[in-house]
Amino acid sequence: MAVTQILIAGFGGQGVLFAGKFLAYKALMEEKQLSWLPSYGPEMRGGTANCSVTISDEPIGSPIITNPDILIAMNLPSLEKFENTVVPGGVIFVESTLIERKVKRDDVTVYYLPATKIAQELGAPGLANMVMTGKLIRECPVVSHDHLEDALRKVVSSRHADLLDINLKAIETGYSVNG
Amino acid sequence: MAEKVLMKGNEAIAEAALRAGCRHYFGYPITPQTELTAYMAKRLPKMGGVFLQAESEIAAINMVYGVASTGKRVMTSSSSPGISLKQEGISYIAGADLPALIINVQRGGPGLGGIQPSQSDYFQATKGGGHGDYHLIVLTPSSVQEMADLTALAFDLGDKYRMPAMILADGTLGQTMEPVVLPEEHVNVVEKPWAVTGTKMAREHNVVNSLYLVPEILEKTNNDRFERYKYIEEHEVRYESYMMDDADYCIVAFGIAARVSRNAVTALRKKGIRAGMIRPITVWPFPKKVIREAADHVKAFVSVELSMGQMIEDVKLAEECIRPVYLCQRSGGIIPSPQEVTELVEKLEGGAE
Repeated sequence: MAVTQILIAGFGGQGVLFAGKFLAYKALMEEKQLSWLPSYGPEMRGGTANCSVTISDEPIGSPIITNPDILIAMNLPSLEKFENTVVPGGVIFVESTLIERKVKRDDVTVYYLPATKIAQELGAPGLANMVMTGKLIRECPVVSHDHLEDALRKVVSSRHADLLDINLKAIETGYSVNG
Repeated sequence: MAEKVLMKGNEAIAEAALRAGCRHYFGYPITPQTELTAYMAKRLPKMGGVFLQAESEIAAINMVYGVASTGKRVMTSSSSPGISLKQEGISYIAGADLPALIINVQRGGPGLGGIQPSQSDYFQATKGGGHGDYHLIVLTPSSVQEMADLTALAFDLGDKYRMPAMILADGTLGQTMEPVVLPEEHVNVVEKPWAVTGTKMAREHNVVNSLYLVPEILEKTNNDRFERYKYIEEHEVRYESYMMDDADYCIVAFGIAARVSRNAVTALRKKGIRAGMIRPITVWPFPKKVIREAADHVKAFVSVELSMGQMIEDVKLAEECIRPVYLCQRSGGIIPSPQEVTELVEKLEGGAE
């Protein structure tokens, strides 16, 4: 896969920027080219937040993603906004605890995952983002499944080192769940 | 090879400035460059440096003027409306022939405008900005790596030519994280015999001033300064030429617009259209010569900008009206998509006006 453009979208507080950062560090450690660009501005408060992560084997042109190869939609407004921007043949991951409707397109691969519910069952209701990330790593080989912890250490600040294990567990659960 | 780290563009500028020996920062927070100010606030006090959040942008730039007078490496950063406020001080610093670094992480304007990325301060950055005849050395990074590298270079050039330098970036590059190899620590080696550091009763007073009431003296000062500018225009032009060897269409773009245009060049080449790009890295001095040379073999130029069309004037002057120059632009914080650039060039190739 030469260039993969991933858009992760949800509302503020769902950790979409964090999930993107994790992927970015994972790609960095695999010596891939990458860029990470958050949406910034008034829409971050209460509305949708998103981040664009490009992972590539070649130098990256624009870090701005208009037509993602992969969309992770963590809430309905994000799916509404970005569903039609995904390239034909692309992949959409739908957070199906919060999004009740199905994807309307038939030219993309779709995975429905009740990540919020799964995260709650793990005792980590805030980690739906990492459950989805685990699923992404399983279905789309943009980064490898090895050494997840090394990349996590880069994004989980030392102040919150106690949260490393639960983040890892969330990723692994998302990775192994069927659906 | 040095380790690659992941950083936001704003942070890369800050870290590169510290590694270039900058220990004095004066600023006032404004989106989308606030991470830079925050980074300095966190790091400088621990390094024995000075971080000061001034009461206003005007105060901040005059504090920069003060430290610059002592020959120490000093910087400020802001975004478009804040940079407008600093113009008086920048003119004084240029008039006093002092090195200092000014960072502009541009956002949409005019007025308060918006907080999304823009390149609409091009005129302000390259044509003076404040009053009087002067220039800044203006460097335009187009990646997080260049945010770091050009910051280090800007300090060196400013010291070498005794003039203020500017990093003209934009909100996208400020916010983007990319892998970066940080520049080595390097110590300032330029002698600054003009610096106001106390005579210790051992030498004549140094005077830092921009006031010359005798017209002949002011004129001579201006002439001398422009001799230096001429030398800089001959020796410090920097640009990147991309796929230009056989190009029929020359895109001219800097910063984030160049990143978008690079995608457009790739897409056009896939369609068999010979597009290339000249990416100015210095916009003052502007890469006139390479653009003039391109005019001998391309069919047309396309200036891609996040403004209503500012750099296009310099492109036209540089290519001396030999070929048509078209504009591909968005403003208000919107970035032209690679498709918009591609479509324009395809239209030209199709023989449209």
